[in-house]
Amino acid sequence: MATYGIQINGQSSTVTIDDPNTPLLFVLQEVFHLNGPKFGCGLGQCGACTVLLDGQPIRSCNTAVSQADGHSVTSLEGLRALDGLPNPDDLHPLQQAFVTQQALQCGYCVAGPVMYGYAFVRDNPNPSRSDIEQGLAGILCRCCSHTRMLNAIQSYAQEKSK
Amino acid sequence: MKPNKTFRLHGAEPLPQKALEALNHVGASRRDFLKTAGVMMIGFGAATEGKAQSTINPSGNVDVTQVDNWIAIGADESITVLSGKCDFGQGMRTVQLQLAAEELSVPMDRITLVLCKTGITPNQGYTAGSFSTWTQFGVGGLRNALDSARDALYQLASQWLDAPVGQLAVQNGVFSVVGGDPTYTVSYGQLVQGQRFNLTVNAKAVPKDPSKWTVLGQPIPRVDIPAKAKGTFQYVQKVRVPGMLHGKVVRPPALGGHVVSIDKTSVNGLPGNPQVVQVNDFVGVVADTEWHATNAANALAPAIAWTLGATFPPQANLYTYMTSQPSRDAYAVNTGDVDTVMAGAVKTLSAQYLYPFQMHGSLASSCAVVDVQGTGKTATVKAWSATQSVYDVRGYLATLLSIPAANIEVVQVEGSGCYGGNGADPVTFDAALLSQAVGKPVRVQYTRRDEMTGGEHYGHPMVANRKAGIDAYGTIIAWDSETFLMVHGEGPLAGFTFGGAPGPGNFIPGALAGFPTGKVVPTTTPAPPAPSPFWNFGNSVPPYATGNIGGVSLGTGTVPSQRSVTRLVESPLWTSYLRSPDHIQNTWANESFMDEIAASQNVDPVQYRLRHVTDQRLIGVLNAVVQQAGWDTRPSPKPGNARTGVVTGRGVSFVLYSGFDGYCAVVAQVSVDQGSGVITVTKVTAGLDTGPVINPDGLRNQMEGQVIQGMSRALIEEVKFANQGSGGFGGGAVTSFDWRTYRVLQFGDTIPQIDTVLINNLKVAPTGAGETIITLVGSAIGNAVFDATGVRLRQIPMTPANFLAAKAAQKV
Repeated sequence: MATYGIQINGQSSTVTIDDPNTPLLFVLQEVFHLNGPKFGCGLGQCGACTVLLDGQPIRSCNTAVSQADGHSVTSLEGLRALDGLPNPDDLHPLQQAFVTQQALQCGYCVAGPVMYGYAFVRDNPNPSRSDIEQGLAGILCRCCSHTRMLNAIQSYAQEKSK
Repeated sequence: MKPNKTFRLHGAEPLPQKALEALNHVGASRRDFLKTAGVMMIGFGAATEGKAQSTINPSGNVDVTQVDNWIAIGADESITVLSGKCDFGQGMRTVQLQLAAEELSVPMDRITLVLCKTGITPNQGYTAGSFSTWTQFGVGGLRNALDSARDALYQLASQWLDAPVGQLAVQNGVFSVVGGDPTYTVSYGQLVQGQRFNLTVNAKAVPKDPSKWTVLGQPIPRVDIPAKAKGTFQYVQKVRVPGMLHGKVVRPPALGGHVVSIDKTSVNGLPGNPQVVQVNDFVGVVADTEWHATNAANALAPAIAWTLGATFPPQANLYTYMTSQPSRDAYAVNTGDVDTVMAGAVKTLSAQYLYPFQMHGSLASSCAVVDVQGTGKTATVKAWSATQSVYDVRGYLATLLSIPAANIEVVQVEGSGCYGGNGADPVTFDAALLSQAVGKPVRVQYTRRDEMTGGEHYGHPMVANRKAGIDAYGTIIAWDSETFLMVHGEGPLAGFTFGGAPGPGNFIPGALAGFPTGKVVPTTTPAPPAPSPFWNFGNSVPPYATGNIGGVSLGTGTVPSQRSVTRLVESPLWTSYLRSPDHIQNTWANESFMDEIAASQNVDPVQYRLRHVTDQRLIGVLNAVVQQAGWDTRPSPKPGNARTGVVTGRGVSFVLYSGFDGYCAVVAQVSVDQGSGVITVTKVTAGLDTGPVINPDGLRNQMEGQVIQGMSRALIEEVKFANQGSGGFGGGAVTSFDWRTYRVLQFGDTIPQIDTVLINNLKVAPTGAGETIITLVGSAIGNAVFDATGVRLRQIPMTPANFLAAKAAQKV
């Protein structure tokens, strides 16, 4: 048994678990009851499980829980609070852009484009469309809402740089 | 207020309020969800002693002919609408809310819409085939039921308010008399008083005129997207029930392998109290958490000895193998004169087109939770499944578990997009087998490898031979079509596809558990065309044939002499329906071939098509799309393009989906690097005439997704398989087992500009859209590649290697 301290969406938390190799995703889902990161492939190949670890997007399905010890994790649910915005249960402006653009079909992949899109725009103000496309490289959306997702991220970036 | 002495809903029991309340999700709010530490229960039964039968309809058979099976109006003015067509992200929840709001003249937010629960919602079979809109807006569908209820409400209001129906106005569910006292009103709730309608659906109920639509026809935002974007939307993957265990399956490494022995001690001492379950060749393991179950399955897998299983043809020989097997043959059309007319043609052309196995490749690994309680005939089952048909799955579970269907409740919970028969039904059967064995609720979520190699059933590979006869005027006078398709099991479509008996053995887990799998029974002579009306499921008959069956021509074209035979052969890999099943394969062949014919005649591909079609809606959508795309009218290939370097071109494709279900056309523009063989799609213009546009933004969303998914399937996707050699095991195995080995289009790949054209045709009934545009993308791209390079691609996927091979073979 090992105990790890992880800040989950701004709240200090601990988890005691038998296997340090347990994927962070399963801990987030089963112990902390997060719903934003989802199991897509378990191989780090699709992006559906993406969370921010100390602000950087990572695939939580193939990240061991032990690697999150002493770090902060932000999921879709906590994006708004991360930016210090009021009403944490409301949509973050990037999530709102996804709604405005109707940029989802099934929506299962959404943690990938939103979390990578968030970090990319934060680190690359005023990105071009092709910048954003490359910033999301490797993320999968099988319903193929790519165009609308890119529109949403671009409109968010433009709004943010105003 | 008038007394209700003329109230005519006689003999009906009041609708049980509890049943209505129970229709809502239990513990739906996020706050409650978090408070209960992730224990989420969905569905009415979870809080009501797990009773499998509906209190609304104790028989458990909710038939579509009764108005009460579609709509319930509470004394508290609540409006509950029930439907058997589910939402997978294609927007059917929002569309059906729009429809109910429109026909009942109430705001959308007054309606509680309940989708796809056995014993509760009408049995509408599978939500599939691009048929949901056509069904729900057609005779016997949701709109028909709503209009029947609306007409009854008008009659009741007429009696109550003592005014003719024609003088009544209704707003937000409240009737008043036009020009009368505005306070003299009666509401739906007052009229129905919580009772049943006791009416059969009136097939002749008149829907609201689309030209007067205020909710339908509008770009209403999807109701599910905010929660999905926030991350709070709960998919079937999130269902948790008390006492639940997690299961994983262990499939034979080679398809068709049988268990020789299992060393169950291999999981001894592993954490999570793993238990091994075996039912014939079905093997799985359950444990307390998903991670423990995963580790137990990984320990168990090498401890199972399997027989070698089936031998596969080498992948390189797939298409010759397909055409050399005994086949089950049927004509879609056969005018009997094709050989004669062809012999008299001035010129004939022929070509062969190849299409591989492809995957649904759902983003989520499929997942289900099943709770089997008790044993024998008194056992009960509750299943949470992302299935497309709760009633069909109930039937399969009854057979699989030997438990009466009346004791089984299936609740559909949205999973990720399925695009057809993905792993949703199979994983439900896996969870059921495990739950029955361990006596506890079991959740199974496939690993990616499980999903791709032993969960989902693949789309059919195809070999298409096409031949056309042309007269002295350059007009097609005969069209001969032979399509080989490979099938195995087919899931729910065993009967439809090849006349197989339905049953769980037509799915992977059911077959492993020992249930029989239907087999293709070869024919000696092809079955004749189905009697008129011609409907062209699979689109084996091109848009250019008259579709003549028994003297009745219901096709879209002019070519009088026509023959289309489809030959089904048994597949080594499991198959079922994948978005645009057989339509996408046949249309790839037909529309590529038509382009070849036009080029042989040195005629512009659009003009040449227009010479061979008569259907005005098909002509209309083609003209609209080529105009929007700025089509340059000239023959292909494009004059002046060099045969080296990067060149550009444009291509077209169109079809009437299934022969009735959506008129669609696509123009693709590409650039091709003739040195590397890389095809880049730069712009796609896609147009649809599916009747009155129900939700323009939702429709565009579907069309855009189909363009990109269609590109992925045309340019990239192919299931790979191999025999594994005699050293380890000799049988055949799928070697596409993850997103590296089954590549699909992803961010970072070039996304084209997409332009959509909607034809809002108010004069006809709405038809489907979900499988239309995707059907055309491959052929439009292939035709554009020919236009740019002079290289004709006749094999999917159109990879750089396939392009370079075709360029070399054609000596372009």
